[in-house]
Amino acid sequence: MSKTRHGEVKEPLIHLSKRTSIKPLQAWAIRLAAIALGMIVCGLVAFVLIDKLNQHPERIGDFYGAFIKGSFSTSRKFWKFLKNIAILLCISLALTPAFRMRFWNIGGEGQTLVSVLAAIAVAFYVGGTIPEWVLLILMLLAALAAGAIWALIPALFRAKWGTNETLFTLMMNYVATFLVSVFLVVWVPNGSASLPKQPYGKLPALGNDYLLIILVALLLAIGLYIYLNYTKQGFEINVVGESVRTARYIGINEKRVIIRTMILCGALCGLAGYLIAAGLDQTVTTESVGGQGFTGIMVSWLAKFNPLSMILTAGLIQLLDQGAAQISQDFDVSGAFPNVIVGIILFFIIGCEFFINYKIHFRGHHDRPYKGEEGVK
Amino acid sequence: MRKELALQMRGITKRFGGILANDHVDLDVYRGEILAVLGENGCGKTTLMNMIAGIYYPDEGQILIDGKEVVIRSPKDAFDHKIGMVHQHFKLVDLFTAAENVILGMKQENRYNIREVTAEVAKITDRYGFRLEPTKKVYDLSVSEKQTVEIIKVLYRGADILILDEPTAVLTPQEITKLFDVLRRMKEDGKSVIIITHKLNEVLEVSDRVTILRRGKHIATVNTAETDEAQLTEMMVGRAVSLNIDRPEPYDPQLLLEVKDVTIRDAEGLLRLNRVSFDVYSGEILGIAGISGSGQKELLEAIYGLQKLEAGSVLFHPGKGSGKGGETVELSEKTSLEIQQMGVHLSFVPEDRLGMGLVGSMDITDNMMLRSYRSGRHGFLNRKEARKTANWIIRELEVSTPGTATPVSRLSGGNVQKILAGREIAQNPQILMMAYPVRGLDINSSYTIYQLMNLQKEKGVAVIFVGEDLDVLLALSDRIVVINGGVVTGIVDARTATKEEVGLLMTKTETERKEEAQ
Repeated sequence: MSKTRHGEVKEPLIHLSKRTSIKPLQAWAIRLAAIALGMIVCGLVAFVLIDKLNQHPERIGDFYGAFIKGSFSTSRKFWKFLKNIAILLCISLALTPAFRMRFWNIGGEGQTLVSVLAAIAVAFYVGGTIPEWVLLILMLLAALAAGAIWALIPALFRAKWGTNETLFTLMMNYVATFLVSVFLVVWVPNGSASLPKQPYGKLPALGNDYLLIILVALLLAIGLYIYLNYTKQGFEINVVGESVRTARYIGINEKRVIIRTMILCGALCGLAGYLIAAGLDQTVTTESVGGQGFTGIMVSWLAKFNPLSMILTAGLIQLLDQGAAQISQDFDVSGAFPNVIVGIILFFIIGCEFFINYKIHFRGHHDRPYKGEEGVK
Repeated sequence: MRKELALQMRGITKRFGGILANDHVDLDVYRGEILAVLGENGCGKTTLMNMIAGIYYPDEGQILIDGKEVVIRSPKDAFDHKIGMVHQHFKLVDLFTAAENVILGMKQENRYNIREVTAEVAKITDRYGFRLEPTKKVYDLSVSEKQTVEIIKVLYRGADILILDEPTAVLTPQEITKLFDVLRRMKEDGKSVIIITHKLNEVLEVSDRVTILRRGKHIATVNTAETDEAQLTEMMVGRAVSLNIDRPEPYDPQLLLEVKDVTIRDAEGLLRLNRVSFDVYSGEILGIAGISGSGQKELLEAIYGLQKLEAGSVLFHPGKGSGKGGETVELSEKTSLEIQQMGVHLSFVPEDRLGMGLVGSMDITDNMMLRSYRSGRHGFLNRKEARKTANWIIRELEVSTPGTATPVSRLSGGNVQKILAGREIAQNPQILMMAYPVRGLDINSSYTIYQLMNLQKEKGVAVIFVGEDLDVLLALSDRIVVINGGVVTGIVDARTATKEEVGLLMTKTETERKEEAQ
């Protein structure tokens, strides 16, 4: 038995314990450290992959500088940066009420795309025959309705038959894409399948071309924050999300809340689609939303479903995106490289949540508070 | 008889994060004795035992078996040292037979021979006086039989030191008596039995010695013969506590609620309640006794408007005091919201506090709002009123919390229950339904809750109290409705009924059915 005497007993090398709480400052320090670490790893990967960097290591400054350059070097880039944030923010916000309800709506892409289609359809058919302001209102209504219907269908199926909303909303994205293809074939008889910019139905510029969109997105963030935290409907969404049984216990009809909230989500996607259609593109393609419906999921999660934090997380994602694009331009690398960079950094950002939730103990190290305690005794 | 030390713990310390679960605890167990480990919930009893059983590893301290220091790093190590633990939650495979469950996970020297195992299991059952058919599937077994399988599992592996974690929590009084007989036989056989409990009468009945823990610390170890309830409570709680429960006579009881022939089927089509009928009067505490899962949950939810009735009715008689003309209202086929909107004040403290009654991640104020958020015409929430209610509850019920903005899940079980019960009482109920209101609470909190129920009763509220501790049910209630398998097997006067009487009613149909089959 001498082998197992206490002194020689091996404690496990590392073990994890869940933190009961963490100071916000400490949590942010962990997040910043994760981003810094991610950046370093990006540099190392770039060093291996990018020839120009490999041969000229002194250009590493340019590499990191690109993240600033991508978004802030010219005023045009800066406005584009803000505009991109605004659209991404709009879609992220639109997804958020559903997420708060633990209804995993990953159909933001499709809901936004059909709204773009609906708005452009109105401009295509009645543009020029009615006053511009009436047209703009009609386009808005069409976009809101289209988005709402696209979100309502999975919600109804879920409420009635308990279908899985994740799969359903995902599939609706593809239906939306094909619907756009069908209309493009109908509208563009020459076979090029690209619809020229519509001459009617353009939102007026407010000083800068993008200012209106940016303001709408900001107002929406504030409005949604108030809706989710200070209204009865927002409260119901939170209760249904936390516990359906509690919701039933206090007399909330959770099916009604799901349907109502999904209509809201869809309509907000509709608003985003309207901003894309009437504020920016003036046309529709299958790539009008360009995957922002999916990026928005990440923005919403990273912000822990807080609409105001989403301004920051949408900004962060956009900064990375544009920085990475700048790198591929400056260093002549393939268009896939930005995805690698963004992927690495997101990996670190999401991964660091583990260290915020858990604490790691190493063998032989005891918690500091305990040692203090002993000292007092 | 000379006593031989079987197991010793010296200075055992265990921390979880910043919480000290066990603080330099010493414990001795002799061969051929029953040791009770007594303490309130959360005092570190189970943690301490888990370290003997190899579930946790102590941060500090030593464990000695037969005087030699040992290291127990896993349940397998524990078995090698002939230590076995029966956990509170059973770990059995439903589709296997009792014997198969016993052999599960054991290394076989030769080929697996179920017949030998069955014979061996039968031998153990005979030796200690268990009642169990080894070839029965686990899903056919009653709760006490499942517990028997768990105990045999441990004995089959040759355990000499048995740890039982709250073994009586799920048993009827008759089953408890039987279990204690078995434990005594094990003791005569030279085995050491450690039973974890917070019930004093059981400690006094079955144990030889008692070790008392409080807040992770070892307070004392005494011989059971030399102590009494009052002394044990004082050591457990840290100060003298009066254990008497008041029971004032109901004042001017009026028929308030009539439950008539209520029948409910669950989603699988199984009968959950079968023609249940009883009356509820104002100013009384109506106890509901039964083995857990006999339909208590469905019954309360049916009254509250959460269950669809297959047949029967629930009639509410508002009486003169309500100012509503005293018209009788039918509550069945109405949702809980509709019942509330009719002006019927039903309050309900459900069994599942954090899964149904409260939202754990929300703070105390928002949990108050669960009930009141609809008030006010406009669409915005009124947190001011809710905060007032929250502060009132914190003050009146002495909830220990940093403030109203603390998420409820951070509070201890007792405080969570105070918040829930307080919120329901703040609704000024006419009928207050409480399901297992003191489950998991320490003695102090339990008595606070009993007092609350009595106060409501004196105000003329009808209190429906679903309980599991028959002693408390008999001491607190005016009448007791006993149900078994969804059927009312008796309604007794709690002032005259005995524990044995109620215990028999709790299992009545089951025994009758068996007699009919024979």
